[in-house]
Amino acid sequence: MGDLQIKKSTEKYDVIIVGSGAGGGMAGYILAKAGVKVLMLEAGPYFDPAKDSKQLQWPWESPRRGASTTRAFGDFDGAYGGWQIEGEPYTLKDDTQFTWFRSQMLGGRTNHWGRISLRMGPHDFKGKSFDGATDDWPITYDEVKPFYDRVDRLIGVYGTAEGLENDPDGIFLPPPKPRLNELFIMEGAKKAGVKVIPGRGSVLTQALPGNLDRGACFFCGQCGRSCRVYGDFSSSSCLVIPAIETGNLKVIPNAMVREVIVGKDGLAKGVSYINKDDSMEYQVNGDTVILAASACGSARILLNSRSATHPNGLANSSGIVGKYLHDSTGSGMSGFLPQLMDRKRYNEDGVGSAQILSPWVLDNKKLDFPRGYHIEFGGGMRMPSYGFGSDVPKVNGLVPGRDGKMKDAGGFGKSLKDDYRRFYGANVGMAGRGMAIARESNYCEIDPNVVDKYGIPVLRFNYKWTDAEIKQAKHMQETFESIMHGMGAIITSKAQGKEDNYGLHTPGDIIHEVGTARMGDDPKTSALNKWSQAHDCKNLFVTDGAPFVQQGDKNPTWTILALSMRTAEYIIDQKKKKNI
Amino acid sequence: MGACKPGTDKSSSTVVDKDGIGDANPIGLQEFEKERLKELNSKPAFFDDHERLTLITLADIIIPKDEVSGSASDAKVIDFIEFIVKDIPEHQVPMRGGLRWLDTQCLNRYDKSFVGSTSQQQLEIVNEIAYPSKAKPEMHQGAVFFDRMRNLTATGFYTSKIGIKDIGYAGNTPGKWTGVPADVLKQYNLTQVNYGV
Repeated sequence: MGDLQIKKSTEKYDVIIVGSGAGGGMAGYILAKAGVKVLMLEAGPYFDPAKDSKQLQWPWESPRRGASTTRAFGDFDGAYGGWQIEGEPYTLKDDTQFTWFRSQMLGGRTNHWGRISLRMGPHDFKGKSFDGATDDWPITYDEVKPFYDRVDRLIGVYGTAEGLENDPDGIFLPPPKPRLNELFIMEGAKKAGVKVIPGRGSVLTQALPGNLDRGACFFCGQCGRSCRVYGDFSSSSCLVIPAIETGNLKVIPNAMVREVIVGKDGLAKGVSYINKDDSMEYQVNGDTVILAASACGSARILLNSRSATHPNGLANSSGIVGKYLHDSTGSGMSGFLPQLMDRKRYNEDGVGSAQILSPWVLDNKKLDFPRGYHIEFGGGMRMPSYGFGSDVPKVNGLVPGRDGKMKDAGGFGKSLKDDYRRFYGANVGMAGRGMAIARESNYCEIDPNVVDKYGIPVLRFNYKWTDAEIKQAKHMQETFESIMHGMGAIITSKAQGKEDNYGLHTPGDIIHEVGTARMGDDPKTSALNKWSQAHDCKNLFVTDGAPFVQQGDKNPTWTILALSMRTAEYIIDQKKKKNI
Repeated sequence: MGACKPGTDKSSSTVVDKDGIGDANPIGLQEFEKERLKELNSKPAFFDDHERLTLITLADIIIPKDEVSGSASDAKVIDFIEFIVKDIPEHQVPMRGGLRWLDTQCLNRYDKSFVGSTSQQQLEIVNEIAYPSKAKPEMHQGAVFFDRMRNLTATGFYTSKIGIKDIGYAGNTPGKWTGVPADVLKQYNLTQVNYGV
């Protein structure tokens, strides 16, 4: 390497956005549409689902047949990156277990997510007033509702009006009809007294009114690969690419942001980044900076942005940045329905999001933990991929063979080959996703000893589940079991008891981590105000999952989108008023 | 949709190689993914001829030709196994060692390697390792190997054209999902929901 130089751009943008996922994409879209000049920095490569998706590829087209060697969710999945990224480590404090899924690419993790699109409810925003278990947001559901409505219209979401107290209805496209195993789940749940409703997902089951750029879903069930016709929501396809087309937003891919540059006045004046293509250091200038690099990614940038005016890191005079990190709880169960063995074959790919869903409707006064979880369901005649059939030799001893006789599990030859056919599509799975309490004691911080290959200090995680989450997982397991019994299924997953926290996933596993720069009215106990604007730095905003005070049992994307839209419009308003 | 037209390969599992990387459809692959494929494909074969023959024999015992479809070797399962042990090196020692374990067992019992043993002898020993719950303690390592081999064979077979046709997967094609077909609802005595597209 020759002498290292920092290339300083003389160009100045109205707004610099760091990150192109749901939070960065929505802010970029709203601002660019309003004529604001935006520069978006993305740590990974450009990605357009229309060109780069592996949708409709057959397993034999890849020599590894969908194994997860280079992509965490398999060869054909839409997410680059994964649980570990070469040269970009993170560390764990003491005996903490935490996993961090990063997807550096245009659109970030929205290219492969499950598209389950849920609004948080009134109690999720006001937990303190509801049951005292969690902190209040500085805003109410009613304040966010108009933005949820507009996200629904702009992006499209299917579902049904159910009138539930804490799972607000949206403006819905018609949901897909259930698959066969889902009809059995609905029956089984009914017997078990568990409420099941049609799913809610950001997939265009019909053409989106007023949008000519996106095709309707053609029901391949492969949303996880990202959609070539833009029939589902990815930030790349639905927000960033349309924003680029306005001529007002420019994307620099492979730009790994190091820190926010602050002027003597304490205001943000730009960011510095490493260009991964030429390994050079750059600085770009902007009147306003928006961080949307994921909850932990943005916390890392803030904590690494130390200056004379912000010695504790940017937006961190409270010391709150990194704290209150929380991911959804998760636990699962799998089994099969003997009555579905030897089922008729037909295409039931459906949509690649939740076709049915069990919302949380129970009364916590009768339970020993606060709030709750929703349940997502799986199973059916899916496209074979790496690992296909590995359950069959384990479970074929649980039911009689064609001759009516029991046999030992395992086998080979014509009889095993027949078993692969008999069991195909009979499987059923359940996964709970629940509220974890945001706690000051669960946090990410800068590891004092470790840098990544760009020389950027890395995150160190500190996270412990408590009784509240473990008891919730226990309740999940009990509920799953009652539904399994209700539909006559045979459970095949390992029984999850106290010794393994009832199958409670490692924090981070569910990829709903939020809360690292929470909003609030009091600058002593929050990093951002109710507009996601830094208390300490009025031209700095955060629009990913970091501003969350407390996540409900709802997957966070829809709320990130609504809040990002709200913040982007606040920025436009504040610019007009010359306040920033 | 032309770009994602499925199934352009000519034989059951041989990949049409566009970039010399052994991937029939390298769309959207990152540079490091392409490099990795190139590197793996330029490596010499992991299994020697004897091991390869043993794997082919075993795979066809696990998934033989029947009245519905061809065998594991018809679906070129061996090519998948050869690739995947390079791609996922954790398979290498258990596979190589498992094959050696099998040959040693056969040598002690029949004075022949596994492939040199008679079909009857081969089935005799497979029978002792194909049912984990009744495998004798001294056969346990063999049962663990067989389980891995069985799973790799199933993946190789059911992700091939032959295997997908056999299992009857009918999707991966643009269409419209309108719910469970009427005859299937009737078969299970179920009624259609009153909502949805």
